[in-house]
Amino acid sequence: MGNEKQLMLGNKAIARGLYEAGVCFISSYPGTPSTEVTEEAAKYDEIYCEWAPNEKVAMEAAFGASLAGRRSFCAQKHVGLNVAADPLYTMSYTGVNAGMVVLVADDPGMHSSQNEQDSRYHAIASKVPMLEPSDSEEALDYTKLAFDISEKYDTPVLIKMCTRVAHSQSAVSVSDRVVPVKAYEKDIAKYVMMPGNAKKRHPFVEERTAKLREYAETAPINKVFEGGKEIGIITSSTSFQYVKEVFGDSVSVLKLGMVNPLPVKLIKDFAAKVDKLYVVEELDPIIENHVKSLGIEVQGKDLLPICDEFSQNLIAKAFGKEVSTGYKVEDEIPGRPPVMCAGCPHRGLFFTLKQNKCTVLGDIGCYTLGAVPPLSTIEMTLCMGASISALHGFNKVGGAEAEKKTVAVIGDSTFMHSGMTGLANIAYNQTNSTVIILDNSITGMTGHQQNPTTGYNIKGDPAGKIDLEALVKAMGIERVRVVDPYNLEECDRVIKEELAVEAPSVIISRRPCALLKYVKHNGPLKCDREKCVGCKSCMRIGCPAISMKDGKVEIDETLCVGCGVCTQLCKFGALCGE
Amino acid sequence: METKSIMIVGVGGQGSLLASKILGHLLLSQGYDVKVSEVHGMSQRGGSVVTYVRYGDKVYSPVIDEGQADYIVSFEMLEAARWLPYLKKDGQIVTNIQQIDPMPVIIGAKEYPKDLADKIKNAGAKIDAIDCLSLAKQAGSAKAVNIVLLGRLSHYFDLPEEAWMASLEANVPAKFLEMNKKAFELGKQSV
Repeated sequence: MGNEKQLMLGNKAIARGLYEAGVCFISSYPGTPSTEVTEEAAKYDEIYCEWAPNEKVAMEAAFGASLAGRRSFCAQKHVGLNVAADPLYTMSYTGVNAGMVVLVADDPGMHSSQNEQDSRYHAIASKVPMLEPSDSEEALDYTKLAFDISEKYDTPVLIKMCTRVAHSQSAVSVSDRVVPVKAYEKDIAKYVMMPGNAKKRHPFVEERTAKLREYAETAPINKVFEGGKEIGIITSSTSFQYVKEVFGDSVSVLKLGMVNPLPVKLIKDFAAKVDKLYVVEELDPIIENHVKSLGIEVQGKDLLPICDEFSQNLIAKAFGKEVSTGYKVEDEIPGRPPVMCAGCPHRGLFFTLKQNKCTVLGDIGCYTLGAVPPLSTIEMTLCMGASISALHGFNKVGGAEAEKKTVAVIGDSTFMHSGMTGLANIAYNQTNSTVIILDNSITGMTGHQQNPTTGYNIKGDPAGKIDLEALVKAMGIERVRVVDPYNLEECDRVIKEELAVEAPSVIISRRPCALLKYVKHNGPLKCDREKCVGCKSCMRIGCPAISMKDGKVEIDETLCVGCGVCTQLCKFGALCGE
Repeated sequence: METKSIMIVGVGGQGSLLASKILGHLLLSQGYDVKVSEVHGMSQRGGSVVTYVRYGDKVYSPVIDEGQADYIVSFEMLEAARWLPYLKKDGQIVTNIQQIDPMPVIIGAKEYPKDLADKIKNAGAKIDAIDCLSLAKQAGSAKAVNIVLLGRLSHYFDLPEEAWMASLEANVPAKFLEMNKKAFELGKQSV
């Protein structure tokens, strides 16, 4: 690669930074908007990359690699960092051997997430420094800087991305890879965090934070952009881009590339130079509260929302500027919510649960779409693995009546992530719960990542494969059934049987994701307009390939894969293949 | 040069990411600063998807707001209407006339509005509506709707044909290059 600038996705630029920083080990669990970092890094043969079963395992694996003397990394979405918070908070005490960097990607606006939490709190609470790039070039540069900080200050370093930085492409320049290596040295006082040792490490953490705050005062990534003196804006990340878009050089801007710890003198000096001070930050008022704690008058969340992501118009309006408007048609425009794909194996299973009037506790994945019309079947979704654990509590309280109609649904990857422990609780504390593992042989929602049940690794090469039936049985669940979700009669029979039986059971609904390249389809179905009476029975499954035209069903041949679920609902034999 | 904004809108799975990739590559090759913003994850599953392409001397925001798009490139009529408020005064819509029913229409909860192209025109917007699906099929693949649209969009840009072709070559697999070039030409020739 030459020095010519190239357009790069923020996440790909992070991966390039990892390559250039000489990272040797990456372990992650996929999660939007962080997934592409690890996928792109896996394209470099020099870096060992893997998908771990969950974020906690990933982070601990990366810690082990750092301990052994190689630069290491893990990436996750914001809620993934909750799962990995346990190792993070104590790694803050142990520090690192070779540099270790942890990426967390927030999702303001919740494009693909169940909450809108602000990950900066994890940096503050764990006392770990956090860098926050605002475009792809910074994503690459900050990644390399993060490893230098990690080794110099003996700390893991967090990099915080957000959807707009992670999934925007902008120009970057690349350079060569340099691999720093450290030797492993036994150091029990540093790495064995039992009370006596940890007690000595806590003051180290406090001293380190003081040194990092000192660094933040002059760090080049905390940068003042001189402009008009009437207004001064402190900002970071993608908010910086919106501020510059709206104000250009008409205001002064303090852009914070390091959002934990926050500088003191730098902020005081900046505030002294401007007439009126503002903080523009997405989600929670973290910089704002810091500025206020310094006794400086500042405006922030009284002008700008805590909820949702920002944009240039939102900021312009908050500052009383005019914004232009476009055109409009008078008609109501129907929404276009995401739907399960045509041929999705989850559809038949959810339809069966609906027909049986089951109470369905759901989990995180494509199948969360089982909550939207017309299926509207899932009644609870909380976090990874919660379907199974909550089912146990629900049934313990609800008794036999609940046990006969309530199920948990969870994907294969989510089951490996944190469903197993919930199932262990069912096997141990005994409820007659019915857990349905939706095994589509891939991690679907995040764009087809392999997992421990698929038999392939991140590069697509053969790998260890966990046998779900054997695993579930080994955990003490004796009733394990496998169904094909394209077969409605079989699904209905087995679900009825397992709900009725007075024992914990697991049903594995097995059929690979219809979008997987290796899956061979039958080809689109056709509707025989002579036979179709327009009863709409087939439309109850909510397939995007089925619509009504002039009172009869029409199949979209570009979408239909011929899964045949709809044909099982047609009493008139109107839907058939070629 | 002032920053220009192109919005690419459509239904998840229609190929808007490739279109934005080609545009981004093209504009960077012409010496502009470029930002392209995409959405991944759940909304890709058949939902309404939007991609932003912005270029100029120096681009800050990666997103496009209401009243700011110089061009809206739309893969589907309802999506053109949905994102119409994002069009700048005197901006140009280039759209495929295809209609894809969203789930609320499929289940009969809502109706797909009629004659949207006319209504968009009557609202005062400049609209260039063509049957990209037929042209794509003519080129050899229903999936080439995105390239047909780019061909049509190229009308509005003062850029050499070779630059467009170079970006196509850099971003589509070699075995589909000829088909895509044909789709681009059909889009470009269509009036």
